[in-house]
Amino acid sequence: MNTKINDKEIRRELKMYIEENMEVFDENIDLRDNDNIFEKGFVSSIFAMRLLTFIESTFKTEVKDEDINLANFSSIDNIVRMLEK
Amino acid sequence: MKEIKCVVWDLDHTLWDGILSEGDPVKLKDGITEIIKELDHRGILLSISSKNNMSDAMAQLEQFGLKEYFLYPQINWSPKSESMKIIKDKLNIGMDTFLFIDDQGFEREEVASIHPDIRTLNAAEYHSLLTMPALNPKMLTAESQRRRLMYMEEEIRQEEEKYSETPRTFLERLNMKFTIAKANMEDLKRAEELTVRTNQLNSTGIQYDYQQLEQFMTDPDYCLLVCELTDRFGSYGKIGLVLLETRTDIWKIKLLLMSCRIVSRGVGTVLLSYIMKTAKAAGKRLQAEFKKTGRNRQMMIAYQLANFIEVGRDKDELLLENDLSTIQPYPPYIEIIASDQLV
Repeated sequence: MNTKINDKEIRRELKMYIEENMEVFDENIDLRDNDNIFEKGFVSSIFAMRLLTFIESTFKTEVKDEDINLANFSSIDNIVRMLEK
Repeated sequence: MKEIKCVVWDLDHTLWDGILSEGDPVKLKDGITEIIKELDHRGILLSISSKNNMSDAMAQLEQFGLKEYFLYPQINWSPKSESMKIIKDKLNIGMDTFLFIDDQGFEREEVASIHPDIRTLNAAEYHSLLTMPALNPKMLTAESQRRRLMYMEEEIRQEEEKYSETPRTFLERLNMKFTIAKANMEDLKRAEELTVRTNQLNSTGIQYDYQQLEQFMTDPDYCLLVCELTDRFGSYGKIGLVLLETRTDIWKIKLLLMSCRIVSRGVGTVLLSYIMKTAKAAGKRLQAEFKKTGRNRQMMIAYQLANFIEVGRDKDELLLENDLSTIQPYPPYIEIIASDQLV
């Protein structure tokens, strides 16, 4: 990825977007960067497609076809790792 | 020549004679009402790009009894190329499926210079509209005749979505029902229409015609499925099609396509989950053919996010396989109506 946005900013944006779209309503849930958002049931895999669109438009990048798999989108850590490759 | 899905009209000296903002008593051009109604009946969407005062122009259209025929009218003083972009984004169809009608060469050129794929027509030639081949879809289906209404229902949904606390509460209140069933004779026309109209979400870019689809429908080696989505606002119609080859122990998805309008509802994933479940229950392996067309990236993404992995490649043609180890459960807010067995 060639755009330079800092790591912290990316994490903050991602966290906000995922939290907005969470499918659980428990106020006490704290989304951590290494949480697997699909396994924890925070979002369904259907959300992955919207997450991809969000990432590409917010960070002005195009995720490479070979990087698109559920694992790469399953946590904030993994997304950041993919983007910073 | 590609079919035109939307005709965008200028108003002054195009739809009517006279200039509204100069206080002229405007008069609809000869035969315009009939043309508008006929295009609408053919399932062709209509919109407006006009430099005018929005409320005056809409009041005038209402007086002519034509207001409800136009989706997302853009009546403002911005360049018309910008209005076209907005209409395109709202309707979610390709730029190359638009026809723009204006009496002024300047406006037609301005639009064409920014969007070279848009076809333009001099308003003086409006009488030729109904006989243009690109405006004569080969067949009319229940979906095409309801198309404008479906967009209007969608607009209400989007309004409601804006005011829902969370996306999830919105989806839950929709009461979505997704029906997956084997195609019957009545579905074939619509199935052909889907393969012709759906570019972005076609897994192979192949457009099958009526006869081919009819053969697949009756061939025991294949399973042709159609999907319908409804919610409390109405029916989205038959919006998905799957051609599954079931001849051997490796089931193969030869074609998967979805109408673009319903992607955000997540039913693509549901459909894939359904095929995966039935394949697994039948003890089969599951593969899918995919061909990059430059416009169907969304479909590739749907496959990849459902765990389909590339197992073979010949230039642009990919063979994908799903090991069926993890199958996403259906989201609780969609009721799935389908048979457990396909073959």
